[in-house]
Amino acid sequence: MQDTHDSRRQFLKCMAWAGAGTVWLMKGGVLQAQALGGDPATVKDASFSFVQISDSHIGFHKAPNMDVAGTLRQALARIQAEQTRPAFLLHTGDLTHLSRPEEFDTLAGLMQEARVGRSFYVPGEHDVIGDNGAEFFRRFGERGPAGGWYSFDHGGVHFVGLVNVLNLKAGGLGSLGAEQLAWLKNDLAGRSASTPIVVFAHMPLWSLYPAWGWGTDDAAEALTYLRRFGSVSVLNGHIHQIQQKVEGTVTFYTARSTAYPQPAPGVGPGPGPLQGVAPDALHRYLGIRDVRHVQGAGTLAVTEEVLA
Amino acid sequence: MKPLVGSIKLLIGLPLLCTFDTSALAANTPLAADAGTYHVEIRNFAFAPKTLTVPAGTRVEWTNRDDEPHVVTSAGASFASSKALDTGDSYTATFAKRGTYTYYCSIHPMMVGTIIVQ
Repeated sequence: MQDTHDSRRQFLKCMAWAGAGTVWLMKGGVLQAQALGGDPATVKDASFSFVQISDSHIGFHKAPNMDVAGTLRQALARIQAEQTRPAFLLHTGDLTHLSRPEEFDTLAGLMQEARVGRSFYVPGEHDVIGDNGAEFFRRFGERGPAGGWYSFDHGGVHFVGLVNVLNLKAGGLGSLGAEQLAWLKNDLAGRSASTPIVVFAHMPLWSLYPAWGWGTDDAAEALTYLRRFGSVSVLNGHIHQIQQKVEGTVTFYTARSTAYPQPAPGVGPGPGPLQGVAPDALHRYLGIRDVRHVQGAGTLAVTEEVLA
Repeated sequence: MKPLVGSIKLLIGLPLLCTFDTSALAANTPLAADAGTYHVEIRNFAFAPKTLTVPAGTRVEWTNRDDEPHVVTSAGASFASSKALDTGDSYTATFAKRGTYTYYCSIHPMMVGTIIVQ
């Protein structure tokens, strides 16, 4: 355990590395910043790692990114270059921009081409336009309840994929719905409180900025089932930037997009693509997330990598 | 459910007859083509105007001016929803019957608008 002085030094070192990537160590719900490559022990401690990517928006073709397939390909290449091979990949939604079959084809082709191995997906609202996600679930769904949500275990960590982009109500935010909440309660019921839990879904599961739709209406109930666990990490996408929040033993993270950035909450008239990003600066806004499971104490180390 | 689309300008004053599609009659309407069309702009993740009051039989055209796609969706399935509207795409629905029609964007549900048909 680092003392305060060391923590501050580490933080300053991390600031110097800003743009290259940051390791976040989560210990009992408290985040510790650490520079990428700063402490080899972090990597050595890891029993396995996985990668999160999000918001590929295949089909988007405007400023600031005319080639979203290209930037996804680069993100996947970055994963290939990881020193430690990730156990699997999570894609937290908005694979496509308009739910078109050819966009799903392109995404599937790029994933296959990059040979990233086992991948798990949850849909974003852009993936369920017009058919309530039928095409998405047919191609990228996991075996599980009809609603498309599912869970699995890996290396002693319990992973839960939730769907919060369907049956949205006028004026509302993301929605899990009574059926999914009942399933979640049951899915978690028999598990030891010491089991690390990773929940992933597209829209933020906390009220990040409701005026822009950045939240989920009934996430509070889901959290009542999660609070008894000693380590809960919630991984979301949707807002194309990194935001984090700690609430007791629950830590919320949103990921960067592989396609284009969005403005900080409330900055500007709306959450559209961030304009005015110079083409050579775009990569600093895009990236992937690397998560290592650290043996003992049920901790997760979250690393952000930009494409630059 | 049969969507209430089509041009029904001829039938203003005969609201009881306004439940069927009369698009075939549109060519014969004595009114100018655009006289009964109102426009709603979708800009910065909002409908403008947010509330639009129109006479029965009016065509309403939504045009997406955002770089994000939007979907015009009736809150009570009382008129047909649009497909995904990409930048510059438009969608038109005709409101034959009086009433208050709440709609939203199905992918950005905080975007809500109202058409009041008098």
